[in-house]
Amino acid sequence: MLILHCPYCGVDAEETELAAGGEAHLKRFGPGSDDDQFHDYLFMRENPKGVHFERWRHANGCGKWFHAARCTTTLEVFGTYSAQTTEPPKDIRDAISAKRPGWKWREYS
Amino acid sequence: MSEPISALNHASYDGIARIEECGLQGMITLRGDLSDKVVIKVVKDATGQKMPGQRQAHVDGEIGVCWMSPDELLVLVPYAEVEAKLAAMANALSGVHALAVNVSDARAVFRISGASAREVLGKLAPVDLSPAAFGLGQIRRSRLAQVAGAFWLDTDDSFRVVCFRSAADYVFKLLKVAAQPGSEVGVY
Repeated sequence: MLILHCPYCGVDAEETELAAGGEAHLKRFGPGSDDDQFHDYLFMRENPKGVHFERWRHANGCGKWFHAARCTTTLEVFGTYSAQTTEPPKDIRDAISAKRPGWKWREYS
Repeated sequence: MSEPISALNHASYDGIARIEECGLQGMITLRGDLSDKVVIKVVKDATGQKMPGQRQAHVDGEIGVCWMSPDELLVLVPYAEVEAKLAAMANALSGVHALAVNVSDARAVFRISGASAREVLGKLAPVDLSPAAFGLGQIRRSRLAQVAGAFWLDTDDSFRVVCFRSAADYVFKLLKVAAQPGSEVGVY
């Protein structure tokens, strides 16, 4: 069972209170982009064994979206953080580096 | 005018805890910047309560204010006064980016009371309801089995539960099953 800390209401919410929102930090390509960019934005998702960044919504709670960094193999949660950001904050990346040295996810490491 | 009636019109059940539908309760959803002076004053004027902090509920009987999310409050007022309070709020909030809506008839309110009240609710919501973790003045939005619900403590063994009116019958049945005689677990 996954338990994530909601950064908005401060609750340690378990999985059944939350709704998964897929991969985090997607860069949108819409009008003006070429077909390959749009294709990659639309279909190409990370499917890592290890460190992963996701969007979650505290659906049965405060209703807010937030980000979570976790490990897909051990379900270890490295941290959760605000949705109002376009990249993982430094303290989250440091927390991951402390436990998974040399990790890499898309352009972040 | 037709006569307003609450979802289950005071239905009740006695098991290891008493379950009752509370009847009509005035409820106003207020969204906006909760640190805004105007919003704080609106809450004070409508309920006499100060702005609740994160997951706090300042409720006294039919009047109070509950923290629902970082930009949302549930304001409780007597049912008969909703329209007047709402008009006063809308007037005071006219220059602020905020929204106040009457949701009284879109919600149902239940009371769970008795020594096993914590257990009854604990069977339905994924929340630690031990007295150490959940006490007076706190509110928690969560789920009750499969539907959303919010609850707070009125006294140490009496909860008030708010859910959508459309799910009122479902929630009442849930609570009845959770409160069946002989179903004490003895955790809390």
